[in-house]
Amino acid sequence: MTRIAGREKVMSFLNYLISGLSLGSVYAIIALGYTMVYGIAKMLNFAHGDVIMVGGFAVYMSMNALGLNPILAVIVSIIVCTVLGIVIEKVAYKPLRKATPLAVLITAIGVSYFLQNLALLIFGSDAKLFTSVVNIKAISLANGQITITGETIVTIVVCIIIMVVLSLFIKKTKAGQAMLAVSEDKEAAELMGINVNKTISLTFAIGSGLAGIAGALLCSAYPTLTPYTGSMPGIKAFVAAVFGGIGSIPGALIGGLLLGVIENLSKAYISSQMADAIVFSVLIIVLLVKPTGLLGKKISEKV
Amino acid sequence: MKNMSKQLKSNLITYGIVIVFYLLMMILKGTGNLSSLYRGLLVPICVYTIMAVSLNLTVGILGELSLGHAGFMCVGAFTSALFSMLLRDSGMNSIVRFIIAILLGALVAALAGVIIGIPVLRLKGDYLAIVTLAFGEIIKNVVNVLYVGRDSNGVHVSFKDAASLNLLPDGEVIVKGPQGITGTPNDSTFTIGIIMLIIVLFVVINFVNSRSGRAVMAIRDNRIAAESVGINISKFKLMAFAISASMAGAAGALYAHNLATLNALPKNFGYNMSIMILVYVVLGGIGNIRGSVIAATILTVLPELLRGFSDYRMLIYSVVLIALMLFNWSPKILDFRSKYSVKNWISKKRDNKEEV
Repeated sequence: MTRIAGREKVMSFLNYLISGLSLGSVYAIIALGYTMVYGIAKMLNFAHGDVIMVGGFAVYMSMNALGLNPILAVIVSIIVCTVLGIVIEKVAYKPLRKATPLAVLITAIGVSYFLQNLALLIFGSDAKLFTSVVNIKAISLANGQITITGETIVTIVVCIIIMVVLSLFIKKTKAGQAMLAVSEDKEAAELMGINVNKTISLTFAIGSGLAGIAGALLCSAYPTLTPYTGSMPGIKAFVAAVFGGIGSIPGALIGGLLLGVIENLSKAYISSQMADAIVFSVLIIVLLVKPTGLLGKKISEKV
Repeated sequence: MKNMSKQLKSNLITYGIVIVFYLLMMILKGTGNLSSLYRGLLVPICVYTIMAVSLNLTVGILGELSLGHAGFMCVGAFTSALFSMLLRDSGMNSIVRFIIAILLGALVAALAGVIIGIPVLRLKGDYLAIVTLAFGEIIKNVVNVLYVGRDSNGVHVSFKDAASLNLLPDGEVIVKGPQGITGTPNDSTFTIGIIMLIIVLFVVINFVNSRSGRAVMAIRDNRIAAESVGINISKFKLMAFAISASMAGAAGALYAHNLATLNALPKNFGYNMSIMILVYVVLGGIGNIRGSVIAATILTVLPELLRGFSDYRMLIYSVVLIALMLFNWSPKILDFRSKYSVKNWISKKRDNKEEV
């Protein structure tokens, strides 16, 4: 008897772990957008979470109003978010390149409020029921004791593909190398003939495009969509980016996955109300032990 | 008047603005020219100006970005409200009870500031910002699972639910987790709020001009240089942080006693509120105390002024925010401003006259 109960416990633990990894993959994709923008422009893009929400609405509208198939809808969402990211960068952030970081932060907050309230005006505050973009059947393992939903599989696979492609892009292409150079030293990069402004814009475009994918995946896993859908996952993904070491791409992956797993396990085993508090406490402990995050570079101080 | 230092004059102007604002509002209120909507805004204006001044101490004077200031407000609000509820039927004079509640709220918030500050202030820049944000969220979260009840045996505390308080039949639950505290005595008035604001201004202005304040600013400007002349970095940082937290706690007490129901929502004690306060500080000018007071007042009233546009008001608010930042920082707009500014136009005219 105890053996069966023990086995059940292990199985339910595995179930929670897998759904945590799925949530963590979404966080990781969002965190990538944060970490790239931070690494290059040294700014906290608070509006990133709201770009995710816009991505969610783009998928929702193209599936429900235009009747597109899910894959086309996701592509529409990527395009909408990329364009949105470029426009935001051009209008709100580019003129502030030389301003204090706080002024840029406030502008980002302004953009975040703007997107939320615009969505509120257009779509209203009632939650929309989101149709999943994934139509793969769930897999069940171990006599049905473990179920892996289609969303989970797709999310994890997409996350891995994005990581690989992005790492290759940064290592192998000229634009990627330019990004790396700008994040190391803006002035030196400029002297080497790199167009810093263009590189920053490209980073925003990529980060926002990723937000489009994240929006589709997030809303498929948690199928309610409101104008505020993006803000809490946005903050948590930012925490994940800091957790892994902000500016580091593998850091975003590790931070995102760990955060997702910790959140899901504490919801399951400790208290669902305290899950956020536990997530944030872990972040604090990590930062106290390693002040630049798990994979962050150590910065030496100059006098 | 001539012998007065520039600083003293500037400080007197700050106090003067507050007092004139108070008198103006009292006259308007007395003659019945203030609609109930605006009367309802008077105490919140005090709360948010105190919050802005207190955050300015952390952001402007100490030079560290804090995104968890609403957490300290939350601590102060719940501590003071709990105290007032426990002594509600004790027959104590309501003003005395409220003053003790404010002091208690400030004290506990200062303690929270010290406890949080010791680990947090070791970090720098954006890392510090995110950890303060995390602490703010943790505080909000903990308050949401806190249950406090009282019966003839004394006070019971639980972090699970109301039933696990094991109250006797004569007991009453005071803090009800997510439902918070209901029935807090309505002690906050505009006059008390203004007095608190003046005290807070007095403390901050004097702190900035004191030996400790100068040490704090030296740390802000160059930490290593300050350390090398023998300034105890952690001590002064912690001091400024704790003072800032205690003021936020006092503002929380004022906030709590202005409401019938107090509960910790993302809206009032979440990071959104911390960011809102930061917006006041940045728009008023970082490090500029008077600016914080004015910006907080205007931005508290602005959404109400825009109520006529109802659905569009937050949209307009966000556009105003972005436009103000661009107006202050965009190089193109700065060029345009210096080309066509009234000041320039006047001085050019004067130059022309002199040439003639």
